[in-house]
Amino acid sequence: MNLRFVLLLVLALAAAVPLSLLAGRVWINPLAAETQSASVILLQLRLPRAVLALVLGAGLGAAGAAMQGYLRNPLADPGLFGIAPGAALGAVLSFWTGYASAPWMLPLFALIGAGGAMTLLALIAGRGGGVALFTLAGLMVSSLAGALMSLAISLTPSPFAMSEIVTWMMGSLADRSWREVWIATPLTLTGLGVLLYAGRDLDAMTLGEMAARTLGVEPLRLQALIILGVGLVVGAGVAVAGIIGFVGLMVPHLVRPLTDRKPSSLIVPSALAGALLLLFADCLCRILPLSGGELRLGIALSLLGAPFFLRLLLKMRRGMVA
Amino acid sequence: MSFGAENVTVAGRLDDVSLTCRRGMVTAICGPNGAGKSTLLAVIAGLIKPDAGRAVMGGRSLGAVSLAQRAQWLGYLPQTPEVAWDVSVEVLISLGRLPWRGAPAAETQAAIEDAIAAMDLQDLRHRPVSTLSGGERARALMARVLATQPGWILADEPFASLDLSHGAALMQRFRQQARAGKGVVLVLHDLATAMNHADQVLVLAKGRVEAEGPPEMALSRDVIGRVWNCPAHWLGEPGERALSIGAPAPLAVDLRQQF
Repeated sequence: MNLRFVLLLVLALAAAVPLSLLAGRVWINPLAAETQSASVILLQLRLPRAVLALVLGAGLGAAGAAMQGYLRNPLADPGLFGIAPGAALGAVLSFWTGYASAPWMLPLFALIGAGGAMTLLALIAGRGGGVALFTLAGLMVSSLAGALMSLAISLTPSPFAMSEIVTWMMGSLADRSWREVWIATPLTLTGLGVLLYAGRDLDAMTLGEMAARTLGVEPLRLQALIILGVGLVVGAGVAVAGIIGFVGLMVPHLVRPLTDRKPSSLIVPSALAGALLLLFADCLCRILPLSGGELRLGIALSLLGAPFFLRLLLKMRRGMVA
Repeated sequence: MSFGAENVTVAGRLDDVSLTCRRGMVTAICGPNGAGKSTLLAVIAGLIKPDAGRAVMGGRSLGAVSLAQRAQWLGYLPQTPEVAWDVSVEVLISLGRLPWRGAPAAETQAAIEDAIAAMDLQDLRHRPVSTLSGGERARALMARVLATQPGWILADEPFASLDLSHGAALMQRFRQQARAGKGVVLVLHDLATAMNHADQVLVLAKGRVEAEGPPEMALSRDVIGRVWNCPAHWLGEPGERALSIGAPAPLAVDLRQQF
């Protein structure tokens, strides 16, 4: 069942990618004779953007599946650990200091921020490896990074930098180039590999922390794998596209009923479905007519995500979620 | 190969407790509420690090045995097992094979089938766990432990929600495992089960060992009277004993002396 589902997702992606390349403010007719501008739009604007959507979507979907498996909670989201706010703080600091205008500097700052949040998380959570403490540590890192970010924004030297920060934080794939693809792809793929490697341990966590330990799971090792895997994926995503929420929360949910519900069975389908969702949302952003620019991806996903979240909560209230 | 605890102390819960379990035997840990039974089981399963003393496996300190190795040797059923996701019974049982990474698929499947048959779960194998009754769920969770095919089975109140026939079948299964040379350690609430089916019994009270030995000795009426504060005597023949319980004795503190 799982394999067929994965194949179906791959087919859907294979169909969606070429279609997404045609869609946008300028629609491209694949049957028309090739023009100079069409090939520039395709190769320099839309293709890197589509690849980035696939890479980030896959990373966020898989990270969400792993987080939910690790925390044994269907409401967990990769943003929960404070890695995304950490990366965002790094990015904000690059705007603040003015380094953002230099190439590579913004992503570099964001990655340093993500790394800092991961280190802090590991230090605070300590050597016990318990999940509850870890979650609280994540919340703490998250609120600390959030507060520092607000502080940095409120102290921004120029209104221009402030508007840049605010726009950037909304998350977008607009005007991204191959450079961003080269930054995000290796990090995300490494993160995905780490999360896949943690799959067996996540399966054992289904039976609770104690039973998982008797099944051979070393809590600290699993915690380190989760911090590393989620950190790489989320850090890479924020570094090139700003904060993109809800993918990690929504996708594992949509996918779970179509698998055998084991956390490890969820990672690959969530990655594929996440890629599909982000590709779709990004097309939507490009197509929707909006005066003064295009809809921001982060906003589009939050708009999609909020009703979804509400539906989930209502379902949980009726005791139907698992 | 011995297995158990040597002079284990866990602050506030166990006080200098030793227990030696042997392969081929069913060992029962009994005692009133709060005696430290589950704590002792968790210590010998390597889940709680004692403040003093050590858990032992095959003469070695359990701490010196790798987690992966322990996972293959020990099957542990917690008192309140949880299942986070609504997996099917078969998937749940397959989690018991996680310690055997890289085992041939045929062997894995055979172990799962064996566990399904042992717990009479053939008709339920595709059902999501959320649709099971309490007893069915308990059987599925026990099957998960059996699927590991561990050398030692440690179970905390495995009969608590089983009906008569499934409880009897599980006990038979434990005896069978013991006969096959495995070790079985059970925390038991029901003294008659311990009396009739265990080979050795450890009675705990307030974190201390009160009695230890063959069931007829460790669960004598004197011990039961002292530990459970209950006048009781055994009826029937060995192997088919039933406990007749009188009214609990008045509280040890004589109220009259206080006025």
